Amino acid sequence: MIETLVSTLAQGLLLGGLYCLFALGLSLMFGVMRLTNTAHGDLIVLMSFVAFTGMGLAPTVAGGGSLMPFAVMAVMLPLAFALGYGLQRYVLNRTLGRDPLPSLVVTFGLSIVIQNMLLELYSADPRSIDTDGLNTQSLALPGGLAIGVLPLIILLLAIAATAALQWLFNSTRLGRAFRAVSDDREIAELMGLSANKVYALATAIAFVLIAIAGVLQVMRTTVSPSDGSIQLLFAFEAVIIGGMGSFWGTLAGAMLLGIVQQIGFRLDPGWGIWFGHIVFLLVLVVRPQGLFPKTRES
Amino acid sequence: MPVQVIRGNRSSLAALVIGLALVAIAATLPLWAPEESASAWMREFVEIACYFIFAMMWNLLAGYGGMVSVGQQAFFGFGGYVMLMLGNLANVNPFIAVPLGALAAALIAVPVSYVAFRLQGGYFAIGTWVIAEVFRLSFAQLSVVGGGSGTSLTALRGIEKSTREMATFWMALACMVAAVALVYLFLRSKRGLALLAIRDNEIAAESQGIAVGRMKLAVYVVAALGAGLAGALYFLGNLRISPDAAFSINWTAFAIFMVVIGGIGRIEGPIVGALIYWALNKFFGDYGTWYLLGLGLLAILVTIYFKQGLWGYAQERWGWSLFPTRRTLKS
Repeated sequence: MIETLVSTLAQGLLLGGLYCLFALGLSLMFGVMRLTNTAHGDLIVLMSFVAFTGMGLAPTVAGGGSLMPFAVMAVMLPLAFALGYGLQRYVLNRTLGRDPLPSLVVTFGLSIVIQNMLLELYSADPRSIDTDGLNTQSLALPGGLAIGVLPLIILLLAIAATAALQWLFNSTRLGRAFRAVSDDREIAELMGLSANKVYALATAIAFVLIAIAGVLQVMRTTVSPSDGSIQLLFAFEAVIIGGMGSFWGTLAGAMLLGIVQQIGFRLDPGWGIWFGHIVFLLVLVVRPQGLFPKTRES
Repeated sequence: MPVQVIRGNRSSLAALVIGLALVAIAATLPLWAPEESASAWMREFVEIACYFIFAMMWNLLAGYGGMVSVGQQAFFGFGGYVMLMLGNLANVNPFIAVPLGALAAALIAVPVSYVAFRLQGGYFAIGTWVIAEVFRLSFAQLSVVGGGSGTSLTALRGIEKSTREMATFWMALACMVAAVALVYLFLRSKRGLALLAIRDNEIAAESQGIAVGRMKLAVYVVAALGAGLAGALYFLGNLRISPDAAFSINWTAFAIFMVVIGGIGRIEGPIVGALIYWALNKFFGDYGTWYLLGLGLLAILVTIYFKQGLWGYAQERWGWSLFPTRRTLKS
């Protein structure tokens, strides 16, 4: 009994690590420019497929087996950064304003474009990449508990990404610019910031996180072109449960969502995701500001 | 100086006359259509009518109420399922069950709004999507309506095919006219004026004594009613329902497409959008993924370069207005 409980909790935490990586980019884009990116999940899927293609193109390095996906990821990150920067600078910036509709429609349209493009290029078959056994290795812990190596790596990366993002936001010039345009775009521009460029940098960083999440997802499991919407919803739930504006909150929200889903799956495999949605709605009713909302620094 | 309030114009009168004539022509379709294609035409009409009613209601919600939802398929599917359950399980005549399904969708919208209204703007949109997913997953677990694989509307067994098709067709036509009339009269009423005020500036509207919260709830419930009506009607014509079809995000995606292309926040918008959608679907629908890809791209381009949509452009350019909801003052 206790063992099942501990194992469920551990699995939930590990799953939460993945959801946190899904959520950080969404949280960043909303935090800096109030932009709700409905194509977020499809962009993660797109990155998974880019990694899939990249693995096919990459020369097979002898002995480098399970490191190969990470090498592909390393190549993808600057590309994702550039893609995010360009998309924000030349497309999404035109949709920002008091009315949320234009940005919603454009990102929604983008999500349809990405999904159907992937269907056309790769068909509806689920794909995965070869991690040379990394995705099945596990660590034996005392008490008969075993946890997967790859999920553990994902969790550690999620914590590292959260810490890095929080540090960037709180302690760097760029982070100060992010906070300034988020608080008051006009005043920030009077102080010499170019909001359009700051926004583009925020999206660029969000895309780096999206690329990391996409590669790890396709290493962990299979991905098909229609997976995007559910990933968007999980990311969104993690952000709202954790409380907007705090990256550590997003991490905590993702953990909670992961644990709740695992408990749900344990009770009945058909209800796991449903259970996660219900807990999200409950949080919304009982504590709409989220569990760990940002406290303003004095 | 006496001030005259002008609420109509010549083109709106012409639109009314032409509109009534079109409805009359459509209503007599079973009389004049060639026998071999009448059935197919009626089926096509019912389908388009459902899309149109759904888009009309999305326009009311997003374009006038300022609530951009991507979860209206929750009410579409709910209306469909209630209609089917009333027909199959409670032996209600399915044609009577259609308005009952719509009413059920309106009723469920009240508790749903309590949750959904906790979020604003873009987050409201995704929040409503989560709610629609909860509907889908819940109905997928209901074994009495076939669970995940869905079920058929068996209540219509024993009714002759041509009778059924004609009744469904007339019902769709009536619902379409009713939906346009409902939205038009609502927007021309005092409440409609309040709604426009809220859309333009919520805080200013509130300070003028408009009960913003109650007004938003009213719009949300009316939009759910319309979406439920469209859903009940669609599955009456379709005869088969499944959670994935009933609660598909595509319903809202197509509604957004129609409204944005036609012009959001004007009644003519979804009408023009539905016609364009119908034409595109007719000529390019066979291209499948390429067709959808093109629709997505078109929605992006129109949003960026044609913010008011096609009708909005025409209205600005030539001052056309078929369904005037403005009040113009003339001294």
